[in-house]
Amino acid sequence: MNLAEKILAAHSGKKIVTPGEFINARVDMVLSNDITAPIAINEFRRLGVSKVFDKNKIVMVADHFVPNKDILSAEQAKQMREFCKEYGVKFYDVGEMGIEHVLLPEQGFVLPGDVVIGADSHTCTYGAVGAFATGMGSTDVAVAMATGDIWMKVPPTIKFVYRGELGKWVGGKDLILYTIGNIGVDGALYAAMEFTGEAIDQLSMDGRFTMANMAIEAGGKAGLFHVDNKTQLYIKSRAKKNYLVYETDSDAEYEKVIEYDVTTIEPQVSMPHSPANAKAVGKVGSVKIDQAVIGSCTNGRIEDLRLAAQIFRRHKVKPGIRCIIIPGTQQVYLDALAEGLIEIFVKAGAAVSTPTCGPCLGGHMGVLAEGERCISTTNRNFVGRMGSAKSEVYLANPAVAAASAVTGKITHPDEVMK
Amino acid sequence: MKLKGKVFKYGADVNTDVIIPARYLNVSAPAELAKHCMEDIDTTFLKKVKPGDIIMATTNFGCGSSREHAPLAIKASGISCVIAHSFARIFFRNAINIGLPLLECAESVNNTKAGDALEIDLAKGTIKNITNGKTFTAEPYPDFMSGIISAGGLIAYTKKRLALAKA
Repeated sequence: MNLAEKILAAHSGKKIVTPGEFINARVDMVLSNDITAPIAINEFRRLGVSKVFDKNKIVMVADHFVPNKDILSAEQAKQMREFCKEYGVKFYDVGEMGIEHVLLPEQGFVLPGDVVIGADSHTCTYGAVGAFATGMGSTDVAVAMATGDIWMKVPPTIKFVYRGELGKWVGGKDLILYTIGNIGVDGALYAAMEFTGEAIDQLSMDGRFTMANMAIEAGGKAGLFHVDNKTQLYIKSRAKKNYLVYETDSDAEYEKVIEYDVTTIEPQVSMPHSPANAKAVGKVGSVKIDQAVIGSCTNGRIEDLRLAAQIFRRHKVKPGIRCIIIPGTQQVYLDALAEGLIEIFVKAGAAVSTPTCGPCLGGHMGVLAEGERCISTTNRNFVGRMGSAKSEVYLANPAVAAASAVTGKITHPDEVMK
Repeated sequence: MKLKGKVFKYGADVNTDVIIPARYLNVSAPAELAKHCMEDIDTTFLKKVKPGDIIMATTNFGCGSSREHAPLAIKASGISCVIAHSFARIFFRNAINIGLPLLECAESVNNTKAGDALEIDLAKGTIKNITNGKTFTAEPYPDFMSGIISAGGLIAYTKKRLALAKA
């Protein structure tokens, strides 16, 4: 069995599982946020149970529309706050919260070998620590909060092998945009993606989180990495419970194996309106921008901010361009403060925000007007994603977004860092 | 159950952001969500849609965000069924869980025009295009999923399961 199958077998009381098989999997963590939790709470109450299956295995995070953007979103956060108090569930509120998929690994809630479900499509992020993590809807989460298990179809796995050494300014974001560009937004539909190869071994944990995060943008059910020394080092100080590391068997089967030579991969930009419209930044042509956003569950980690700071240490945001930088969690914010990054950003003319999903989904903190263009380190550039249905979003890594904020058009970092 | 309505037709990768934009997700009441269903992809949808109507699309319908608000908005707008070449995974689960019928049948999509009238027999999985007289059969659901559908959605299914566990 491969990594995904081993974890799912262990969580469904089976010796062996095969793709296509329906199982009932035990869950180790159930997550929801201020958009999806209200429905989950209502559905949970309809089940008529008196308690949650295990209050230590449920977390709710208010991150999408907080600090509350309007009265209605304040009501949604209030509903979560009250539910969590009533059932003794951990609630991450303003001041403590961060963007859920940056926060949960950082706080040691998701560990190797776990099965994690969340009412948020980017729950697949936790595959970076070797967990089987997948996004579901609010009703699924309601049921899992009550019963501690959930039905799943065992997915086939596609193995991706990234060979060679990564070039300068090329990281996890570029590998995953390149991959989605290659296989399409349904190239891994219903499948688990297993990321391997020398380039993956070189990649930091933050880079792996970025890649796993966007597995859903290829239609994937999960995006998994093997546990290595980097994972162990990341987990060691954070784990709040025991965990098991699973390895792929030598005779494991895959639906497909796809190999890439990363030495030829340049920083990528996904053009509107699909993450699959990826091309090398050098081939984008002259595209003027109005705004740059650096943050989100995809690229709101400390390494992302360090990359942006390399650029902003030497250059200022071009007058007339809005640059919004959003640390993913309070800890990322504190680390960035301690390293002097926040001062660099503010002095460069960027606006620094408290953690929030905010502009990524057109919620608040940087919504786009008609005709505006934004380069963003987020994960989706669908029509209307960040505001007006007549605005445009270009996806890129933090260095490309920062370089573009400096010049006012989509720019290779090398151009400003000669 | 027989469903009858006119077809709204879309292409590939219709994502949940265009089905219900996030700027409206500060509420979750289906009737409120329905007021903005599909508005970023089709400004005429809300003016034209009538109870029973059917959405048809090609591949990967419902991709993107896991928001259950998307099938809720479609259902509350009056749409009785979505037929596509294929569905994105989370949308498929959500629709089954909340009781929005989905059918996978590429042939019927390829042989139907926007505005055609359809009659669907969900139990048999047959799709009859009344406008052009052609009939198609959709992929049957796996047994396990039929169980959730016939129970009336995941909450009703789970309630039964919990009651059995107690008994």
